Amino acid sequence: MGRGSSYKVRANILSTVVTRIPFVSIRHREVGQNTMKLIILDHYSQASEWAAKYIRNRIIQFHPGPDKYFTLGLPTGSTPLGCYKKLIEYYKNGDLSFKYVKTFNMDEYVGLPREHPESYHSFMWNNFFKHIDIHPENTHILDGNAADLQAECDAFEEKIQAAGGIELFVGGIGPDGHIAFNEPGSSLVSRTRVKTLAMDTILANARFFDGDLAKVPTMALTVGVGTVMDAREVMILITGAHKAFALYKAIEEGVNHMWTVSAFQQHPRTVFVCDEDATLELKVKTVKYFKGLMLVHNKLVDPLYSIKEKETEKSQSSKKPYSD
Amino acid sequence: MRDGKGASRAPVLRFTNCRILRGRRLLREDLWVREGRILDPEKLFFEERLVADQQRDCGGCLLAPGFIDVQINGGFGVDFSQATEDVGSGVALVAQRILSHGVTSFCPTLVTSPPEVYHKVLPQIPVKSGGPHGAGVLGVHLEGPFISREKRGAHPEAYLRSFEANAFHDVLATYGSLDNVRIVTLAPELGRSHEVIRALTARGICVSLGHSVADLQVAEEAVQSGATFITHLFNAMLPFHHRDPGIVGLLTSDRLPPGRHIFYGMISDGIHTNPAALRIAHRAHPQGLVLVTDAVPALGLGNGRHTLGQQEVEVDGLTAYVAGTKTLSGSIAPMDVCIRHFLQATGLGAPGLWGRGEDGHPAVSPEQAAVWSRPWRLRHCTPPSYWDWRSSREPWTLELMQTS
Repeated sequence: MGRGSSYKVRANILSTVVTRIPFVSIRHREVGQNTMKLIILDHYSQASEWAAKYIRNRIIQFHPGPDKYFTLGLPTGSTPLGCYKKLIEYYKNGDLSFKYVKTFNMDEYVGLPREHPESYHSFMWNNFFKHIDIHPENTHILDGNAADLQAECDAFEEKIQAAGGIELFVGGIGPDGHIAFNEPGSSLVSRTRVKTLAMDTILANARFFDGDLAKVPTMALTVGVGTVMDAREVMILITGAHKAFALYKAIEEGVNHMWTVSAFQQHPRTVFVCDEDATLELKVKTVKYFKGLMLVHNKLVDPLYSIKEKETEKSQSSKKPYSD
Repeated sequence: MRDGKGASRAPVLRFTNCRILRGRRLLREDLWVREGRILDPEKLFFEERLVADQQRDCGGCLLAPGFIDVQINGGFGVDFSQATEDVGSGVALVAQRILSHGVTSFCPTLVTSPPEVYHKVLPQIPVKSGGPHGAGVLGVHLEGPFISREKRGAHPEAYLRSFEANAFHDVLATYGSLDNVRIVTLAPELGRSHEVIRALTARGICVSLGHSVADLQVAEEAVQSGATFITHLFNAMLPFHHRDPGIVGLLTSDRLPPGRHIFYGMISDGIHTNPAALRIAHRAHPQGLVLVTDAVPALGLGNGRHTLGQQEVEVDGLTAYVAGTKTLSGSIAPMDVCIRHFLQATGLGAPGLWGRGEDGHPAVSPEQAAVWSRPWRLRHCTPPSYWDWRSSREPWTLELMQTS
């Protein structure tokens, strides 16, 4: 990989020295580095945990505060549930706080009452918000019952701008390779808008609506591919054999609007977190290469930072700038 | 945490680390309350954009709806059937004292008495909301005087009446005003009972069958006319017989109007009913069970002689008899003792009491105490609603932590 790899080696040596130095140096190291990381763990639970640890470290190392919020894009669905559970655990243990985190969800159904158990508002409340210390004013979810849907979408884009853009956008992938509700054929530079759902998606969602197709919403508000591409970093969670073909299309084939996740090949900083099953359609060569890199990639989650530590570190930093 | 709405906003209280009853199931969920009303936290979060002002850790306790006692004749020396000038303070005293038993709403019960007593006492017991001062008064339960002579139990024979002559007019003449009345217990075999039952239910009063020698057919007809409750099942009625189950047979009757449920009170103090009988009734019709105390003024006082209406009652331990006889005269077991005994007898745990039992059958639920002829959703734990609640540990050792 030429220049890129030696830069990485240098950066890694640097990283062992600078882990305890004030965060500015670390940031400079990372900003110059354009990467696509494929993180492969054995099982769903390990993939969820790795992703949660990564998010945790990113938030803590960002040093969020009242004038500097960490903006996080969030998904819904069954894939991120394990990750949400771990994040909740970190909050409950006192290792992580969401006090200075702003969240922006990817999508929401149109026409479904907010209090419906299958609405994404309900999902986020029950699976995440109610268990952590985030303030409601800092959460943003598209309103699928707004009087003017496109205005709601435009306002959402503005809110993201006002918050300073998204620091880390976490997303999932559909079996048809879609990100959020950007179904096959969506523009790769699309913005937040109203989308009609593909039949595949409606069928997949029917299980949440008593198997009754008539009850499944047919439209949704979704961030565009372009909206997610604007984030400074993107993390895609992909687990399960049913997503394997989509992952293959996303990273081993070309950028194609029929598999909208493939757009992230052109994003400066993407992390794909998968379990073994999701890699079943990839070339053995690809899988071996990225598994070999796990030693390096695991440094992103080890050491695992905690806000508890940060308090003691702050008090010690004046006396001891280096840990070794 | 910001408070942009100003200091006048009422604080939101969040109870964490607890289990609550919702949708007939015990869930590990937080309970959010503001000014005595249960909140929908999701709505609070997304619409009002607020967080809790205070949190309280419940230590793993169960936050349960307060108990409702629909048959209690008095307690702590107070006798609801005594016509005094200040019935109100007696009711208030009992209301305050039963809070510690977990009861947050009750129906003061009047036993068979002469009309003067009803005319004097009833206007002094208005319906009243509960609060920290005491349990709420839901309305009066009139047990008698239109009951069977043979099954009068502790009720004084001299004051029994019938309404054969003028049906509902006799009822009005006896009681005076029915404004504060919620339940009337009568014997359906008395002549013209159907007219009376219909007139009472038309006024929103729950009619309960009890102190009666009715057979199953008469009982079924009474239910068809509008009766919905049975007063202390097994006691003061004909025993179950395999060819004529009597009132007890209502639990499994197939002649009830469609969609109608029969509810039945049971005194599970360990004295009035054998545990095997409790279990038979519960297994036959778990959704209809309502635990009552049928407590008498001697509740909370020691052994000795006390009054109950026009009778004298002798208390010895947990048993109360009409003085000088072996006729049971109400009970002196508080509600939590009754519930504990019931749980022990049936082997149910917390899920059984407040949700589904091990066998999947629903057990006692707070709604069952609501025997109103009008549907009353007050006791359902779905916000927003006023909800009497208490916290308690596992009902295995039903320890009442706090009644609020």
